Amino acid sequence: MIELSRVSKIFNSGKPSQYAAVSDVSLTIEQGCITVLKGPSGSGKTTLLSLIGCMSRPSSGRITLRRMEPDVPAGQLVDLEVTSLPERFLTNIRRSTFGFIFQQFNLIKGISTLENIMLPAYPTGQNLAPVKQRAVELLELLSIGRHANAPVEWLSGGELQRVAIARALINDPAAIIADEPTAHLDSRLSVEFMEILGTLKGAGKTVLIASHDPVVFESLLADRVVEMRDGQITGASAR
Amino acid sequence: MPTSLDRHRNILDFALSSLLRRKWKNLSLLMIYTLIVFVIASLIFFVQALKLEAGLLLTNAPDMVVQRMAAGRHDLIPLSYMEKIQSIRGVGEVVPRLWGYYFDPVFGANYTLQVPNIDPPEPGNVMIGSGVARNQRIASGDVMAFRAHDRTPLLLQVEKIFSHESELLTADLVLLSETDFQALFNLPKLRFTDLAVTVANPRELVTIASKISEQLPDTRPILKSEILRTYDSLFDWRGGMMIVVLAGAVLAFLIFAWDKATGLSAEERKEIGILKSIGWETADVLLLKFWEGAAISLTAFLSGVVLAYIHIFFFSAGLFEHALTGWSVLYPQFRLRPVIDGYQLAVLFFLSVLPYTAATIVPAWMAATMDPDSALRS
Amino acid sequence: MRKSTGFYLLIVFHLAVLIFLYLHSSHSQIAGQAAHQHRVGLVKELGLTDLCLFTEARYTRHPAMADLHAPFQDHPGAFEHFPSGSLVTPPIR
Repeated sequence: MIELSRVSKIFNSGKPSQYAAVSDVSLTIEQGCITVLKGPSGSGKTTLLSLIGCMSRPSSGRITLRRMEPDVPAGQLVDLEVTSLPERFLTNIRRSTFGFIFQQFNLIKGISTLENIMLPAYPTGQNLAPVKQRAVELLELLSIGRHANAPVEWLSGGELQRVAIARALINDPAAIIADEPTAHLDSRLSVEFMEILGTLKGAGKTVLIASHDPVVFESLLADRVVEMRDGQITGASAR
Repeated sequence: MPTSLDRHRNILDFALSSLLRRKWKNLSLLMIYTLIVFVIASLIFFVQALKLEAGLLLTNAPDMVVQRMAAGRHDLIPLSYMEKIQSIRGVGEVVPRLWGYYFDPVFGANYTLQVPNIDPPEPGNVMIGSGVARNQRIASGDVMAFRAHDRTPLLLQVEKIFSHESELLTADLVLLSETDFQALFNLPKLRFTDLAVTVANPRELVTIASKISEQLPDTRPILKSEILRTYDSLFDWRGGMMIVVLAGAVLAFLIFAWDKATGLSAEERKEIGILKSIGWETADVLLLKFWEGAAISLTAFLSGVVLAYIHIFFFSAGLFEHALTGWSVLYPQFRLRPVIDGYQLAVLFFLSVLPYTAATIVPAWMAATMDPDSALRS
Repeated sequence: MRKSTGFYLLIVFHLAVLIFLYLHSSHSQIAGQAAHQHRVGLVKELGLTDLCLFTEARYTRHPAMADLHAPFQDHPGAFEHFPSGSLVTPPIR
């Protein structure tokens, strides 16, 4: 579970172009649910996602992660406030807790699908053999196993989407964050995408999506829809 | 169990992947870099080998050579000077020497002609260096045609050709008898080119030299130490030979590294953003850039040095031939004894590998410290 | 084979060649002793003072014996015109 308490993010602080992308947001993201952030562009969805995913720090407010800690008795959850952690720890938490799916997929051209998926694991110093094994399993799971050694440029939009999902899952994170994931997909692929996310939810993962695509926020799989406008939450509805 | 070594290996894997993605560009980069190292390392090997050889050989040169000067030019020295020098205390042997230059217009080559004091050839015979033999395409037993001072032809038979092993000393040498020497050059009687002086106690050399200058003010004594120093400075890195080649290579390398150092392409910047967004830390990205630079510079350095060694010691410095030959027609074939100077190679390593690796890391620094969420906003 | 393994092998190969070349140079020094002694003998016998490196001009052929006039033989302000003259320094006092 992720708890945000009065979080704000102000860009260009002190300059005339100062503006608040996210302003005084308090929100709880439930574990094991699919939460959708809905709103027009400029509403602060992307900024909020990046704050939740520990990619940037809020200008004010607190973000707390409640999660299982390895050295704590099983079943007990610990609160971890991430707002003031140094970069090194933040990166570690981000790497192990969150998997990101970007709007543009953000895969690295020129290398194979498999290598793209394994990339997040490279700097952790792990032996790559088990990582590769896991990557192959994920590809099979997403029905693109045959593209394992193909360069990513050869893949279609839908296949790229699945590669992006596989990459987000390589470190077995507790939460998946997706920013406008269906922006480059047709309706059929968008529906398929939601179905895959449903499977992930079934596996106990928390999913957070920012989208203004009706296929996403009107999907039956979305447990909660949070509306945003101008950096603030204007409404929330649960199914 | 994750280890630091594994982390390096993983990142190196990706660095190599990255390099292979722009295969042709990086291959040409590697070749240019290797070429530059090759040229500089060749120079280092060549000069070091020559320097060593010169030092070892010329310690056996005459203790002192006394020349006579006239109006600042080297003039012939009279026999009477020899007697005067012989009478100075501490002087061992004084040997008058006859040697000079002969230009052969047919073959366009300069030869050094000398009358040896020990075992000179019979009149009518000559002993020649292998460079001369090559130049005129003659063998032992053939006849060489010279033009005497009065334009009459002088035919001399080749008695012996010096071996290839002594080319560094004898390539252009022609040894002949005094009779033939005089027939060719007709020097005034009792006049010699210079005097070779042996001194019993080497520590007295300077004193004796100053005594000679005092008694015979128009002479110029040349000490063995000066001979050695001339050759030391010839092969010094500040000397003409080194500077000329070095300047070109260093300039090429600077241009090359500058091109690298002046910034990252948009594509590279985007990639760094992606890596950061998928969990790579700043340190990981910098390590990646380090390995990208190091992979090329290490390979280039090692290949360049190996190729340079082979060039100088197996192929007799063939590529330097044109630079060193100049206008001369006769060129010695350098068969140098190989010597590896670790110090100079280490300097070359630090001056090439480090700047290049730095030139690869530094421009990436700014991009590497970007916030990871920049990828979200692309 | 992983790319990093290939790279390691390349570097190790080069280092091995370098070691071999170093051994080659040591060996050649020893093997060339006889020829070297022959050369030393020639220097002593003929009283040689210079190596035969450049045969273009007398002051590049015998740099140790050259007087300061020789490079400027045309006239006092003449430029150096032999290519090897730019490589050879005037004799050191």
